Amino acid sequence: MRREGSPWQGLRVVFLKELSDHLGSWRMRVLEWLVVLTAIAAVYAAIQQIKEITAEDPFLFLRLFTRAGGPLPLVALLSFLVPLVAIGLGFDLINSEHNQRTLSRVLAQPIYRDALLLGKFLGALATIAISLVALWLLIIGLGLVLLGIPPGLEELARAFIFLLVTIVYAGVWLALALLFSILFRSAATAALITLGMWLFLTILWPLLSPALADALTPPGDVLGILSMRQAFARISPSSLFNEVVALVLDPSVRSTQQSMLAAMGLVLLERGAIPEAPIPLLQSLLVVWPQIVGLIAGSILLFVAGYILFQRQEVRA
Amino acid sequence: MSDNVIEVQNLTKRYDGVTVVKGISFAVARGEIFGLLGPNGAGKTTTILMLLGLSDISDGQARVLGRNPEREPLAVKRRVGYLPDQVGFYDNLTAADNLRYTARLIGLEREEREQHIKSSLAHVGLADVADKRVRTFSRGMRQRLGLAEILMKEAEIAILDEPTSGLDPQATTELLDIIRNLKNQGVTVLLSSHLLERVQSVCDRVALFNEGNIALIGTVAELGRQVLGGGFHVEVEAIGQGLAERLRTIPGVSAVEAVANNRLRLLADRDVRSDAAAVVVNAGGRLLRLSVDEPSLEAIYTRYFQSSGQQEGALHAA
Repeated sequence: MRREGSPWQGLRVVFLKELSDHLGSWRMRVLEWLVVLTAIAAVYAAIQQIKEITAEDPFLFLRLFTRAGGPLPLVALLSFLVPLVAIGLGFDLINSEHNQRTLSRVLAQPIYRDALLLGKFLGALATIAISLVALWLLIIGLGLVLLGIPPGLEELARAFIFLLVTIVYAGVWLALALLFSILFRSAATAALITLGMWLFLTILWPLLSPALADALTPPGDVLGILSMRQAFARISPSSLFNEVVALVLDPSVRSTQQSMLAAMGLVLLERGAIPEAPIPLLQSLLVVWPQIVGLIAGSILLFVAGYILFQRQEVRA
Repeated sequence: MSDNVIEVQNLTKRYDGVTVVKGISFAVARGEIFGLLGPNGAGKTTTILMLLGLSDISDGQARVLGRNPEREPLAVKRRVGYLPDQVGFYDNLTAADNLRYTARLIGLEREEREQHIKSSLAHVGLADVADKRVRTFSRGMRQRLGLAEILMKEAEIAILDEPTSGLDPQATTELLDIIRNLKNQGVTVLLSSHLLERVQSVCDRVALFNEGNIALIGTVAELGRQVLGGGFHVEVEAIGQGLAERLRTIPGVSAVEAVANNRLRLLADRDVRSDAAAVVVNAGGRLLRLSVDEPSLEAIYTRYFQSSGQQEGALHAA
């Protein structure tokens, strides 16, 4: 049956309201501090290291993102922090409307549910994007001041793609949080289950998946085991994100296998065998394009699942 | 009839095989206050949600302002205001900001928006708390804010779900006054309630719901006649000789009983006060008091559901 009118009527209004709610909320205060502190900590730690090895690195600026001075480089910190922030903003998007009993009143206005759901998703995503852009600019700015050399065009391009990928990565977790906020009426339940999923996918799955992969491939087939491990690991958005980031931010990494070996701590063995000639940006992008598409597809799939559930849900409490 | 703003034909709703609304039909004329009355779970809210296009219709037809709420929900929702059961607002926003959000969703222009918000808040007596956060509002204030939203929208139909439940007597009176005002402004009101006493005073017509069916429709007086049997109870307090026999001869009077000294109670199928007065005066008696009991919805309701509980369908046959 065809419905009259545009499903996007009211989308802008919902989006702006959500955005202003987020920006004025306590969560945003926390987020702002996280951004500032993350930037300072990461840049400071990285610069401590970079100062020792400046000599002949052509991509010095990108090391700001990838070099670890402390326990974690910025990219690892972000692959951890971004899901937390996305879940923090998304876990009560829909169930809070139920609990405040505002849903039926808002849906009695001339808008479709589509506009409400997408507006809420985009509002939260824009909030995260604003924080990430601020973080990105802070790092670049601090880098400029502290390193005293300007980044090259390619470095900027790579850093910018890194920013975009991080926003997409946030979208995946946000869509997951949105889905659970539709499924569970209690915000606390939704938050706990989303956090549980996050712990499972980022911490437990990398530990479990190699075991699963090894069990499913014949022993002795080293390459087979490697690619099977990789296939399993890629179920987690975090490992997709890490693969993409490793290639985009480090021109000397040529393949995702290499980056996975690096992640497994085998990088020292590799370094000697493979020449470190940097590959052009386009080549790096081509290698990780499937992973980027995977992240985008993942967020769309999760959003659509939430959309279908939300359309079928009864309005009454 | 073109002047019906809501027409419902054989409307049915099934959830997972359970039928909660069983083929009901009714029509609401422009400008009247129509009450959907019945116990909780009788299907009132489900009916309302189907009228607004917020719930799918399993079977049958609904027309709201001549439009199909399932296919043209935006057009319907633009012209219909809805006050849900225990309406909620965004606690962290002020009353005016809550209305502003709704006004933007409706698509009102800025000037029109501010003007409507101001006048509607004044109308429901919330003008002085317009810039207070809704968090601090009482139940009654929230309900009034909900009505302000309907006023702001300039809705042609106001659908109110349990507007008075959980309110103290004074808040209820205030709310019913606002509802009467809505009617005076030409708004058609459809309200649902399980609180009969108060609702009776505002409704022009009511539909009694029972387990997904509409048991009875009509004005309170009509229902009284149907359910309570006799209809009008006229009480005559008069001094005179042989009044009881003479009053019995009035057409339409079916019984006369003496309830106290000089007090007689007539059971009639219409309001026979003027005839009774004439009879008493003609008989040379002195008339002290004359009154008619409006049938109470409470009595109708209790009686109806008692009898339908005891002998299923007895009234459907009647």
